[in-house]
Amino acid sequence: MIAIIKYNAGNISSVQNALSRLGYQSIITDDADEILRAEKVIFPGVGEASSAMKYLIEKKLDQTILSIKKPMLGICLGQQLMCEYSEEGNTTCLGIFNTQVKKFPNTAIVPHMGWNNFTAINGVLFKGLENTNDVYFVHSYYADINEQTTAVCDYIQPFSAAIQKGNFYATQFHPEKSADIGEQILKNFLEL
Amino acid sequence: MLKKRIIPCLDIKDGRTVKGINFVDIKDAGDPIELAKNYVEQGADELVFLDITATIENRSTLIELVQRIAKEINIPFTVGGGINSVEDVAKLIEAGADKVSVNSSAVKRPELITEISNQFGSQCVVVAIDTKCINEEWKVFVQGGRTLTPLKTVEWAKQVEQLGAGEILLTSMNNDGTKAGFAIDITNEVSAAVNIPVIASGGAGSKEHFKNVFEQTQATGGLAASIFHYGEIPIPDLKEYLKEQKLAIR
Repeated sequence: MIAIIKYNAGNISSVQNALSRLGYQSIITDDADEILRAEKVIFPGVGEASSAMKYLIEKKLDQTILSIKKPMLGICLGQQLMCEYSEEGNTTCLGIFNTQVKKFPNTAIVPHMGWNNFTAINGVLFKGLENTNDVYFVHSYYADINEQTTAVCDYIQPFSAAIQKGNFYATQFHPEKSADIGEQILKNFLEL
Repeated sequence: MLKKRIIPCLDIKDGRTVKGINFVDIKDAGDPIELAKNYVEQGADELVFLDITATIENRSTLIELVQRIAKEINIPFTVGGGINSVEDVAKLIEAGADKVSVNSSAVKRPELITEISNQFGSQCVVVAIDTKCINEEWKVFVQGGRTLTPLKTVEWAKQVEQLGAGEILLTSMNNDGTKAGFAIDITNEVSAAVNIPVIASGGAGSKEHFKNVFEQTQATGGLAASIFHYGEIPIPDLKEYLKEQKLAIR
């Protein structure tokens, strides 16, 4: 069973729909036991960092996430919350990835919304794909590149399109909304 | 590089697409799901569903349709028409819409933009602006283009950005239906005045029209209905052409 972490962020049913299209059953849950028992966990989300983090702490989901041993995939806000700190609402985050989340400067259109290409550095998530692929992004904040970055996208400046540390995977883009490329990435994660 | 988006718009009435289409491989021309799936296969970057009935009794039909679309479609989509409150938005987002678009209701009560943005994030609030040039001045219209407002288009665009809109869908009523090209002047003015994405709409009749709007304005997307519905410009041909013109296209 795949667990999708339920919290006060949008876009959660989109992930469930994408998993069903790939033939995977999933549950949307905030129950620690269910999350820890799942074979894979997805931590999706569109929303605001400080209110999301506050909710996770109130529900003790922060501790649950940190104790996950199975593969977990953070998406969009999920990736940002897995970093150390976000400028959005001056938020201390989960600290899985040792990088910071910053706001795009207003030197170009913000949010970064639409299809952009990432370049994969490494990572099993991009198996079977070209080195460069167009995927769907929608965000105003980005994670800085660090040694855990597995894919880079350039908008205003280069940033982490994907990050991995051990069993923790994350993408800034939305694989569930990125047509065939996104489905391949989700499939790669589900087959880990 | 961020790609320019090609966005087909589907008009929905009582859960069915309104305009006919002549794609050979579509079994049911009135079924929005069939049409939407076809657009996705052709390489559409996003879809917009506009509910043109939007009466209370048809609301549940729309919600069911949105749920079906969300299950079938693997690209982002926007739903508009008849959205008056945060509760209306909540139902559509819950059903799986990625974004909602508001128009007349936002003019009537601009705080609605902020309320939606605060609850669901600015990325899901598209403000649709219908505009027409009268006595050399671009003004905002509401009620499906039937009612003139005192609002000046560029001023209203700046205001909706301040209020929390994540995107503007700008339709020129002077150009809509003419197939003579997008309104380059107002699209340019609006896209230069705001720092959020602007989608140009109204007037697309040829591949060159998309090239012109992408080259001469800062619009990041081009929306059209009939030229796609009737297969006049197949999306793959359009995208191939725009790539040849050195535009960033997926």
